Amino acid sequence: MSGFITIALIILVFIIIYQIGKASEYAGVIRGEEKVKAQTNRTIGWLLLAFFILGLYGIWVCHQLLKDKMLPESASVEGVNYDSMFSATMWVTGIVFFATQALLFWFAFRYQSTEKRKPYFLAHNNKLELIWTTIPAIAMAALVAVGLRNWMNITSEAPKNSQVVEIVGKQFNWLIRYPGKDGVLGKRDFRNIDDANNILGLDWKDKDNQDDIIVQNGELHLIIGRPVKLIIGSRDVIHDVGLAHFRFKMDAVPGIVTTLWFTPKYTSEQMKKMTGNPDFVYEISCDQMCGKGHYSMRGTVIVQTQAEYDTWMASQPSYYSGNNPDAKTTAPAADAKPQQKTDSVKAITMK
Amino acid sequence: MSNEIIIQGPNVAHTIEGATEHHGHEHHEQHFIWKYIFSQDHKVIGKQFLVTGIIWAIIGALFSVFFRLQLGFPDSTFPIMEKFLGEWAKGGKLSPEFYYALITMHGTILVFFVLTAGLSGTFANILIPLQIGARDMASPFMNMLSYWFFFLASVFMFISLFVETGPASGGWTTYPPLSALKEASIGSGVGMDLWLIGMALFVISSLLGGLNYITTILNMRTKGMTMTRLPLTIWALFFTAVLGVLSFPVLFSGVVLLIFDRNFGTSFYLSEIFIGGKALPHIGGSAILYQHLFWFLGHPEVYIIMLPGMGMASEILSNNSRKPIFGYFAMVISLIGITVLAFLVWAHHMFVTGMSPFLGSIFVLLTLLIAVPSAVKVFNWLTTIWRGNIRFSVGMLFALGFVSMFISGGLTGIFLGNSALDIHLHDTYFVVAHFHIVMGVSAFFGMFAGVYHWFPKMFGRFMNNTLGYIHFFVTFAGAYLIFWPMHYEGIAGMPRRYYDYSAWESFKQFQNLNAFISIVAIVVFFAQLLFVLNFFTSIWRGRKVTVQNPWGSPTLEWTTPIRPGHGNWVGEIPEVHRWAYDYKDDGNGNDFIPQTTPLRPGEEAH
Ligand code: HEM
Ligand SMILES: [Cu+2]
Ligand SMILES: [Cu+2]
Repeated sequence: MSGFITIALIILVFIIIYQIGKASEYAGVIRGEEKVKAQTNRTIGWLLLAFFILGLYGIWVCHQLLKDKMLPESASVEGVNYDSMFSATMWVTGIVFFATQALLFWFAFRYQSTEKRKPYFLAHNNKLELIWTTIPAIAMAALVAVGLRNWMNITSEAPKNSQVVEIVGKQFNWLIRYPGKDGVLGKRDFRNIDDANNILGLDWKDKDNQDDIIVQNGELHLIIGRPVKLIIGSRDVIHDVGLAHFRFKMDAVPGIVTTLWFTPKYTSEQMKKMTGNPDFVYEISCDQMCGKGHYSMRGTVIVQTQAEYDTWMASQPSYYSGNNPDAKTTAPAADAKPQQKTDSVKAITMK
Repeated sequence: MSNEIIIQGPNVAHTIEGATEHHGHEHHEQHFIWKYIFSQDHKVIGKQFLVTGIIWAIIGALFSVFFRLQLGFPDSTFPIMEKFLGEWAKGGKLSPEFYYALITMHGTILVFFVLTAGLSGTFANILIPLQIGARDMASPFMNMLSYWFFFLASVFMFISLFVETGPASGGWTTYPPLSALKEASIGSGVGMDLWLIGMALFVISSLLGGLNYITTILNMRTKGMTMTRLPLTIWALFFTAVLGVLSFPVLFSGVVLLIFDRNFGTSFYLSEIFIGGKALPHIGGSAILYQHLFWFLGHPEVYIIMLPGMGMASEILSNNSRKPIFGYFAMVISLIGITVLAFLVWAHHMFVTGMSPFLGSIFVLLTLLIAVPSAVKVFNWLTTIWRGNIRFSVGMLFALGFVSMFISGGLTGIFLGNSALDIHLHDTYFVVAHFHIVMGVSAFFGMFAGVYHWFPKMFGRFMNNTLGYIHFFVTFAGAYLIFWPMHYEGIAGMPRRYYDYSAWESFKQFQNLNAFISIVAIVVFFAQLLFVLNFFTSIWRGRKVTVQNPWGSPTLEWTTPIRPGHGNWVGEIPEVHRWAYDYKDDGNGNDFIPQTTPLRPGEEAH
């Protein structure tokens, strides 16, 4: 019923607006077209000016309302450069934005048609063209220079002392693998995957796998001040490890390995204090459309001190121990399909 | 505007009107079907593209209303939605599967069916022969085929909305493996096959059209119409067609390979996948290959959408400022620059796919380079209206809005084009804001400007001005209200294509904002219906055009009869003697000189 009333109302409003439109057309004919046109032109000129001024006010209001909802300061060391580059770009584009929009609306208002005005029939001026080609080119060159410097830094090799963690996406959660005591992630192959007892397809013949730890609740534990190198993969479709607080993201693509490294700057506890939000968590969002559960593909990052991390790590059983009761005799190749024994297969190796 | 034609307006108009009638009589034998359905008249084909585009636009926009309801009010139910969507919105709550189907089809429809076919299909058809002085396209038959392939593509897309497993739902970019594997998503079933067939047909339509536009512009210009005398609309439509002809085949190949992977067991895009409880046999393909193929079209595509608007805005700004376009050659050169660079920046959509960082750097450089010709265009537009004598026709307002939106959206491109900034902004609402402002709204404004401006030529009547002004101000304000705050959400890292944010500690604070955006979006949706109403009622009931050249424009389309028949000019095609922007004092109190007027003794050509 209420739906019906709404629709009736909408139609009514439409009819009224339409009638107003029609009526003004007839009124124009009666009152003399030229006169009405001139008057309308003036009104529109004022409306445009009002639009611009209200727009500026709106921008200010929007900023006031939203500025407290934004991300806290960068949680990674590398993200600090990100933030400063972002504000530099904001300054450059912001100035251009206000200058050009102001000119646009001002010219429209100032040079609106009047009886007396004679347009200035200017068709070209090469000097002006040269100026406004060169200046943007220089500004862009500067932004590119800063951008590429930062880009080289963040895409360079991870520091030698980095912690290495593998993060693998699947519909619709994150699996995280730590290398264990030996510091090496063992080989895995997607054909070994079994949701019951080998979710990442670890190759049990590879001894390096025996101490690897797999965390299935999406918790990525990191150590404050210690660079971390993420080895990123996917089991099924493309996902993306989104780390907004750290100012990073990287796709997880089946069949290839991508990497990302950064240095956590604040522990989760510190962040709770800094933001004044006791529920604060670093979240990992999947940032590449991956199916119906895409929006719920959530992980968390827990940044800890070395001591806290060690305690947590010590309590984690290896995946091997949990899934291979009498490990030595199991035949892991059992579920691999025989017809796929080609040599050209790229087994993912992290060594 | 008190020129000769207006002075003796009624007379001139009358004879011309009579001539058309006469012309119409000759064709009276022509059956309705050949005249209006399988017509080979470029003007009719243009209108067919336009009307089909409008229908698609309503569907696409309605989809956005549905998913905005979900985003704005995730805890509420809307029984009315169940009426429309049935099973997909049980109890008035959209299912996640169909949410994704809706955003996918919204993107596909608006990008391809409305802003590509509906925009350049319409204006290339209507304007090219009329503005260059030709009786029709080089191949009217191929031109007709172009529309009917588009129609067929539309049929496939439309059917896909009704199949049991739903339409494609992997995003308008349809990245595999998600789009390749039925196990990955129900939308990757029959719906996806129909999507792919629809797109393949669409490419054919676009190629047939594009080749025709290029040939026509190069070969069929009337006597005296040198390339440098062409209106900028024609230049823009020319490069639009060039972009399409060179890049759509690449999409076609990408689509065909995807069809193979889906149905014939090949592994172009698939490798090392475990899904639906089993490991798939595919080895050695590359999911990234598809993205290269897609974006090799995808980036030029955004300029295919943008250039017609740029051309029309140039024309309309100059005409309503009663001033020549400023920097004609700079405008042409920047169009060339944009066209060339548009082919060299595609990988800026792929900075975080694990692509080689060095390659990334090259694309950063080339991407930011494209900002230079874009800036040149903006400054030239600004100088065009500077010291003009500006008449705020509805078309003019949309052209001004076009420039405003292009500035706003182009500037955010500078953030995204810098990989070091994109690494945080990619696939967030910042990208959504960027491309809706620059492509969605700006290109739509170019299209509206063109429709309001050339409506008198298309139908011999005017659209209603008051409704046009309301349409403009509601849309202009609404667009900024919707998309401006989205930049904030994106900077805060809020990912795009999420069905619900309430479980996210980092993003749920934007709930009220999302509700606000949804409400504005619905208001703007209804404002567009006002346009549709105005458009269709004006075709039959709008104020009649009584003078041949109502906007006082120097270009050729206004030398045809008020309602031109097939063939456009009644007698000889007029000869051209000057450039398209000869706004100046003609000595008789007029502020422009038509292109057909010979140079006065001692007068210098432009
Ligand atoms: C100054 C010029 C521009 C630059 C530097 C630029 C840059 C970019 C970049 C780098 C992206 C990728 C962002 C990401 O996914 O992370 C992007 C996205 C996009 N841009 Fe632009 N852009 C510019 C102008 C335009 C124009 C004129 C249009 C359309 C007419 C446009 C339409 C789009 C679209 C549709 C997307 C998003 C595609 C998607 O992921 O769904 N851009 N732009
Ligand atoms: Cu995902
Ligand atoms: Cu692009």
